[in-house]
Amino acid sequence: MEALGLVKRYDGNEALRGVSFEAGQGERVAVIGPNGAGKTTLLSILAGILAPDRGEVSAPGGAVGWVPQQAALYRRLTVEENLLLFARLEGREDPRASVEQMLDLIGLRERRGEVLARLSGGNQQRVNIAIGLLGRPAVLLLDEPSVGLDPRQRARLWEFICGLAADGTTVVFSTHDIQEAERYGDRLLVLADGEALFDGGAGQLREAVREQAPEAADRDFETAFVAYLHHRGH
Amino acid sequence: MRWLLLKDLQILRRSPLQAALLVVYPILIAVLVGFAISRDEDKTRIAYLNEVPADARIDVGGEQLPSANVSERICRRVECIDVATREEAIAEVESGDVQAALVLPADLVSRINSLSTFNPRTPQVEVLVNEDNPVKAQLVDDRIDALLAEANLAIAKRIAGEGSRYLALVIDGGDFEVLGQTVRILGLRTSAQLLGALEPSLPQGALRESLARVRKFAEQARDNLDIASPLIDRLAQPIAIEKVSVGGTSPPLDVFAIAVAATITLAFVTILLVAGSLALERDENAFPRLTRGLVSRTSLLGEKVLLGMLAGLVVTLLMLAGLELFVSLRWERFGLWLGAIVAGGAALGAAGAALGAAVREVRAVSLLAFMVTLPVAFLSLIPSGAVGGGLFDAIEIVTAAFPFKPALRAMESALDPAGPAFGPVLLHLAALAVFYAALARLGLRRFTRI
Repeated sequence: MEALGLVKRYDGNEALRGVSFEAGQGERVAVIGPNGAGKTTLLSILAGILAPDRGEVSAPGGAVGWVPQQAALYRRLTVEENLLLFARLEGREDPRASVEQMLDLIGLRERRGEVLARLSGGNQQRVNIAIGLLGRPAVLLLDEPSVGLDPRQRARLWEFICGLAADGTTVVFSTHDIQEAERYGDRLLVLADGEALFDGGAGQLREAVREQAPEAADRDFETAFVAYLHHRGH
Repeated sequence: MRWLLLKDLQILRRSPLQAALLVVYPILIAVLVGFAISRDEDKTRIAYLNEVPADARIDVGGEQLPSANVSERICRRVECIDVATREEAIAEVESGDVQAALVLPADLVSRINSLSTFNPRTPQVEVLVNEDNPVKAQLVDDRIDALLAEANLAIAKRIAGEGSRYLALVIDGGDFEVLGQTVRILGLRTSAQLLGALEPSLPQGALRESLARVRKFAEQARDNLDIASPLIDRLAQPIAIEKVSVGGTSPPLDVFAIAVAATITLAFVTILLVAGSLALERDENAFPRLTRGLVSRTSLLGEKVLLGMLAGLVVTLLMLAGLELFVSLRWERFGLWLGAIVAGGAALGAAGAALGAAVREVRAVSLLAFMVTLPVAFLSLIPSGAVGGGLFDAIEIVTAAFPFKPALRAMESALDPAGPAFGPVLLHLAALAVFYAALARLGLRRFTRI
């Protein structure tokens, strides 16, 4: 997936200022940055929810799966009914087979008949992700997928996502959690005030932090990152 | 679209309160309207105390009418609850069981009888009312005025009839009963004839001239009193009414009540369901996921309106079927019912979609739907002439811009052939459906929550 010079304005304010990046097959790209940096706007443009004012996005032949930050699900339907609805809307040849496959994938076969509202946030998020995968996308976009999950649920979620990437799915996810980005992202895209400040591996970011904010270089990564943003004027 | 429709029906099934309301609401409306229109609308419920002696007879011009006729006449127009005492009548009025109490005093008949004597006394009845509510007070006043006017008219007709009979006796002569004796009255006509026959036999002179003057007077009196007779007849009801309808036709009141009940049901079910289910797509955050290639926004709108139409159709038909228990409906017009419900449902559903797209939050849109629909429904029921001309024009514009009134007119038309023309009303509804659907589609452009 490739994005080139993306610009988006809301009421005259620039939410994205010429952001470009690319992600290869099976790669996990973490989009990080403070609140209002433009992470959700970027992912929404990549998902086709929003149209950019300028710039373009090119995606591989397969569909782009999108998992929004807030679960886009019907809380009064069961796990199975949610999956079946979206499998049918995705036009799957055998929607029921796709549902069975997803139930296995997210490990919720036993709870297929439960109304979604009764599931934990983590399990709802798993269904949310499964719906994003129903179209068998080549690229999966996840907007802050671990928000609201406890550590155990978070670990299971990342295990699941890493498994998808290992099978060749390109994963682009946004997060507030720097440690999470460092741990699960092959590459990190740092956004601040709509501008791409950094694009590279976690080690390269540490190097950049050491250069830009040497006084914070030996502290934990999050503190060092905040100092880095400060030095970059954000 | 069918999968979305199935999904919405599943969600509806999972919301027991909402589903129960959809079933209970029309049944409740049907029962209320049914009871209201199955009672004779003219029959005000009154406590009735008749102190007139049972053997009293109303004597009008020698004719003896049993006083029971008065009770029968009154209780034909109002529902009489017989009470034995004035205190009981007061208690009935105070409790609200009756709208008023009517007390016929013991001397009522003798006073009526005195009207044709040289010493007439005004007959009086007593009415006890509880004016705890201005609408009720006005209603009772109107009913009493109408009853009194009717009673006075009946008596006046009787008296006028007797007057005419006496006049005929004076003009044409005949037998007259007085104090049990039959008195033969000669009459002006015969008097003039007798005088005319006698006149030639008298010699010329003062006596003959006097006789001629008396004969002439008898002839003039006869001719002029002939004219007076129809005038006396008209005295009881001098003005006759000829009703000419110049502003279209209208169905009977009970049909109108059924149409109102059906349209209110259709409007609330359709608008609330469409507006709520559209706003729910945003609340559940599903809208962007659906509209990024799975479903077009126009299809989503169409599905919501279809959902509202289907639910509105089922619930409104349920309500009409419930009303069949109370009143007889014209089932042979079922096809027109369907047409009216579908067309009304489409326009109301589109209006609901416009509300849902504009407000975008389930609770807020439900509140707004009530706040918009209820006043428009009330405004739609205001008849011309009830308010000033300018205000009525403004009300007409407002109600024409919202689908409730056209849907009501379509229901009237479908339920009864005396209703408004079906075609123009359907066109009106179609135009509103397109207009509100376009508004809703516009609203969906800003529907995505990022």
